[in-house]
Amino acid sequence: MFFSAKKLTGGYGGANIIEDCYFEVERGEIVSILGPNGAGKSTAMKAMLGILNNSTGDVFLEGKNINKMKPQDRIKSGISFVPQTNNIFTELTVRENLEMGAFLIEGDINDRLNEMFDLFPIIKEKSDQFAGELSGGQRQQVALARALMTDPKVLMLDEPTAGVSPVVMDEIFQHILNIKGKNIAVLMVEQNARQALDISDRGYILVTGRNAYEGSGEYLLNDNEIKRSFLGG
Amino acid sequence: MDLLNSIILLTNFIVVPAITYGSQLALGAIGVTLIYGVLRFANFAYGDLMAFATMIVILFTWYLQSIGISLGVLPTALIALPIGIIATILISIFFDKAVFKYYREKKSDPVILIVVSLGVMFILNAIVRIIIGPGDVTFMDGSRFILKANEFKNLTGLNEGLAIKSTQLITFITTIITCSLLFYFLNKTKTGKSMRAYSNNEDLALLSGIDPGKIILLTWILVSILATIAGTLYGLDKSFKPLAYWNNLLPIFAATIVGGIGNPLGAFYGGFVIAFTEIGLTYAYKKFFIYLLPEQLEPNSLVQYISTDYKFAISFAILIVVLIYRPNGIFKGKVI
Repeated sequence: MFFSAKKLTGGYGGANIIEDCYFEVERGEIVSILGPNGAGKSTAMKAMLGILNNSTGDVFLEGKNINKMKPQDRIKSGISFVPQTNNIFTELTVRENLEMGAFLIEGDINDRLNEMFDLFPIIKEKSDQFAGELSGGQRQQVALARALMTDPKVLMLDEPTAGVSPVVMDEIFQHILNIKGKNIAVLMVEQNARQALDISDRGYILVTGRNAYEGSGEYLLNDNEIKRSFLGG
Repeated sequence: MDLLNSIILLTNFIVVPAITYGSQLALGAIGVTLIYGVLRFANFAYGDLMAFATMIVILFTWYLQSIGISLGVLPTALIALPIGIIATILISIFFDKAVFKYYREKKSDPVILIVVSLGVMFILNAIVRIIIGPGDVTFMDGSRFILKANEFKNLTGLNEGLAIKSTQLITFITTIITCSLLFYFLNKTKTGKSMRAYSNNEDLALLSGIDPGKIILLTWILVSILATIAGTLYGLDKSFKPLAYWNNLLPIFAATIVGGIGNPLGAFYGGFVIAFTEIGLTYAYKKFFIYLLPEQLEPNSLVQYISTDYKFAISFAILIVVLIYRPNGIFKGKVI
């Protein structure tokens, strides 16, 4: 597996939020982590990124154990993360947001910038505006582009469609499909389970911090029990 | 003729002094706003950091004067600036490592950091008074006037004179150069942008690989440069007195908050807003109206809105009005 986590256990200091979780994702694949509120989806993602203080378990990137790596070094080795909220620099222009995304890249970043402008045409149009002045959907695109500036191998998204309208949601999912086309491993946490599974190759359903169900997007969408419990009938 | 005289009168007594004072406040306010933006607390030790920086500059200026080095028409203190800057950077870093770092790592409340900065303020203040004494110190040399009032009168044939002190011109030019360089750095360089990014969204800056340790170090360096320049310019213009810098804290904080705390460009303008209001309201307009109004309407009183004794009350009043009606400042800043 290209990127995987095993036996992830941890929380924020008190009782463990997640226990013995595991996830796997290949390059060019979209994998969703779903589940009811409080199931530990975002916590699991933070543990994989190394920003959860109290966590144990193994995280592998390209067969290499990256457990001991600091979050900064994980970013350097090719993992990028888009948080659910506060995921752009509101007081910086759109272009500066992208430049900050490429902070760790030495040298010329114009090629990266142009690739982002191709991927998200609206960003090119708004590149000199302050990111805080954009609409919700446009902000999400800036957030995605910022995370992609380092040319990551793994992209982790924490609820990329939280709080946007259905039309914008479709647009963002379309962008995520395009990102997958760049041979990036996409791992995302989602609330909009049905729509997320529609574009996902595989999915994991967490219940009270443990892996409960997993399978292809199609399988999870059509299983009667899962439909009843997690997809609203 | 009367109109010209009245304009010169206001220029001489309001515009020129306010631009000078505003420049000094602007430099100070940018320093306070940078600390607030990056380190997220209001640093009350800033006034005394300026006093410390100026003291070093003065001591080195005396040394230079004693061995006979001078800049001709310019004040010798300008050569001593780099030494003052280095010493101030060192003491800022010392206080950061010895005091502020501990509370930062504990993630203390900003209020606690304010009180901590008060402690640092007392220490700095004591150091300065022990070394150079509490009294007035003059270290200005070089030529005193660019334009003398009498020369101006003879030149133009007007009743009113316009005097420009060399320190006033030096203050204004130095401020413009310093601020231009600073804004170029913050808006155009990668490091400057990363500093703004860190100030705007700390967590996302970390996720982008920006090193907070470097940003904090850089902030203290910038702030020390600004404090040394602002302190020295103020000392050259008005003579050096340790307590004067402490007194300036109120107008400096008022300028910072008027401009929107955390917003350097706002702090720059805020400095001039405070300076023009303070000097404009404490000036006695009697002579101005005598020039402009017909004889029967001439005022009997001084037409001074507020006595100069109350000039600090003006900063305070502006501060309160801004906090009530525009808590994030005239320009966009953080809400405190």
